[in-house]
Amino acid sequence: MAALGPRAERTRLAAAGARSATEAAMLSGQPLKDVIKGRVFLALLLAALGLALLGLAALVIDAVIDGRSMLSLDLLTNSASRISPETAGYANAIYGTILLIAGVLVMTVPIGVGSAIYLEEYADRTKWWNRAIELNVQNLAAVPSIVYGILGLAFIVRGPLDLGFILFAGSITLSLLVLPTVIIAAREAIRAVPPSIREGSFALGATRLQTVRRQILPAAIPGIATGVILAVSRAAGETAPLLLVGAATFVTFDPTVFGDNGYTALPVMIFNNAKQAQPEFHVLAAAGIVVMLVVILVMNSFAIWLRNRYEQKW
Amino acid sequence: MAHDEERVGNTDPGRAAREAAAGRAAIAVRPGEFQHSAPGKREKVFELKGIDVLYSGVAAVKGISMDIRRNDVTALIGPSGCGKSTLLRCLNRMNDLIPSAEVKGELLYHGEDLYGPTVDPVQVRKLIGMVFQKPNPFPKSIYDNVAFGPRILGNKENLDQTVEQALRGAALWDEVKDRLEGNAFGLSGGQQQRLCIARCIAVEPDVILMDEPCSALDPISTGKIEDLMIELKQEFSIVIVTHNMQQAARVSDHTAFLMVELDADEDNRWGRLVEYDETEKIFTNPADKRTEDYVSGKVG
Repeated sequence: MAALGPRAERTRLAAAGARSATEAAMLSGQPLKDVIKGRVFLALLLAALGLALLGLAALVIDAVIDGRSMLSLDLLTNSASRISPETAGYANAIYGTILLIAGVLVMTVPIGVGSAIYLEEYADRTKWWNRAIELNVQNLAAVPSIVYGILGLAFIVRGPLDLGFILFAGSITLSLLVLPTVIIAAREAIRAVPPSIREGSFALGATRLQTVRRQILPAAIPGIATGVILAVSRAAGETAPLLLVGAATFVTFDPTVFGDNGYTALPVMIFNNAKQAQPEFHVLAAAGIVVMLVVILVMNSFAIWLRNRYEQKW
Repeated sequence: MAHDEERVGNTDPGRAAREAAAGRAAIAVRPGEFQHSAPGKREKVFELKGIDVLYSGVAAVKGISMDIRRNDVTALIGPSGCGKSTLLRCLNRMNDLIPSAEVKGELLYHGEDLYGPTVDPVQVRKLIGMVFQKPNPFPKSIYDNVAFGPRILGNKENLDQTVEQALRGAALWDEVKDRLEGNAFGLSGGQQQRLCIARCIAVEPDVILMDEPCSALDPISTGKIEDLMIELKQEFSIVIVTHNMQQAARVSDHTAFLMVELDADEDNRWGRLVEYDETEKIFTNPADKRTEDYVSGKVG
């Protein structure tokens, strides 16, 4: 710079000063229009979220307020009663739900995981029939539950299987309902195992079966378990299909899996209580809803905990 | 080698190949004996005769003919997309895992057709191991990673000893002997790659294929793996794909240079073998002008 002389040096400084002034102005001056647009957009997002949460909160709070006079451990241990709602409980219904869910687990886990393994590890996706199966599994997951109820009534309770109105028929119907969800969740868990693990296993001379059994399934189990629990907690809350396949709305004894003298489930019992004329039964229904929500919340929380705790980070 | 009898005893495909492999113990190899030997001196492990590999009918490499020899490090070099990895994956039938892949031509392994109708790819991969570009340890303990191969082969006797030998063979034992039950993901990238090599040698293969084994590693880890390759070739035959020409020059005995070839209207491209010779010749006095341009850094 020394060679430029004082005059040139002054010009240079002036130019630099002017430039830094404009740059500063550009840094701070976001147009007002953009600021407003941004704020409005954020407000809309928050409103959407708030509305969703508000609906849920209103439901829970309303149920707790309505049912609070009945909320006690007796609710879980007392049997149903049509005469005295004050001493009635959900013991039989809870027991029925547990049996139903156990049946669903026994049927959906092997079938769902097996289907997922076939679709992910064995199916040749260049073949049209495999793509058709994939598409249909996804479609089945979106079929309304009442359709499964009618299917259960026509094919399981009557028709080919002719099981009658037994709890096991309810389990099969609920299994059909959640199977697509279980398959999709299991496929996602299996797909999350990177291809490099398969290659590493095959390169050591492992067969496809050994690779699936010793590498892919162990790595995918946390994801599969999470998906299964979420699917099952959906099954636990289903009412419509059960009404069609014979979950009697009023049962005062503990049901059995194959007994043909009737069974019930928690959501069906709540439905029954809610439609009674006496207001005491409505309190009982509200208390039942609280029990139902707690059960489902606990199951879902366990699923999330399982995922966070055991999911493999690659 | 106690299990070799048991393996050979089975009446399964690839038996002749394994008998041939078992025979390697009879050949005494002393360290340093075969520095840059001329082609044709040592026994052929692979003979490739006019190999084409196609994906969905489109050629990825065309007309590859070369012999790969026992206890050599054979390097495949060339620019990206020239089909080095594709060619490597033919050698242990990893391409079979891609449904659209197809291999044409003749590929002999110890004289037996590797793609013959009775050959089982699973048996092939027990004899011809592979180490990948990115270290891919299993999400298990260090011990279980190395023990996986012997376990699936049913060699559960002296498993501790097998694991220790493999880890020593991969120059990893001293670093991990106190934490064998620790998760393999806790190791550094270089250690993970040596674990993958240990995992591979634990099943006592005949050949080890390495697909750019150092491209994800730092120079120090790379140096360790290169030293290891020179150690391992006493016992195994190694084929390595590398982008790094210095690496090929440092570790290999023979080098194959592949290049991308285009058809007249430049719609299709495939890999073609340009030159295959002793590494020293490839890097100091190549016969083909294109090889010279590539190794001197003028192209690619």
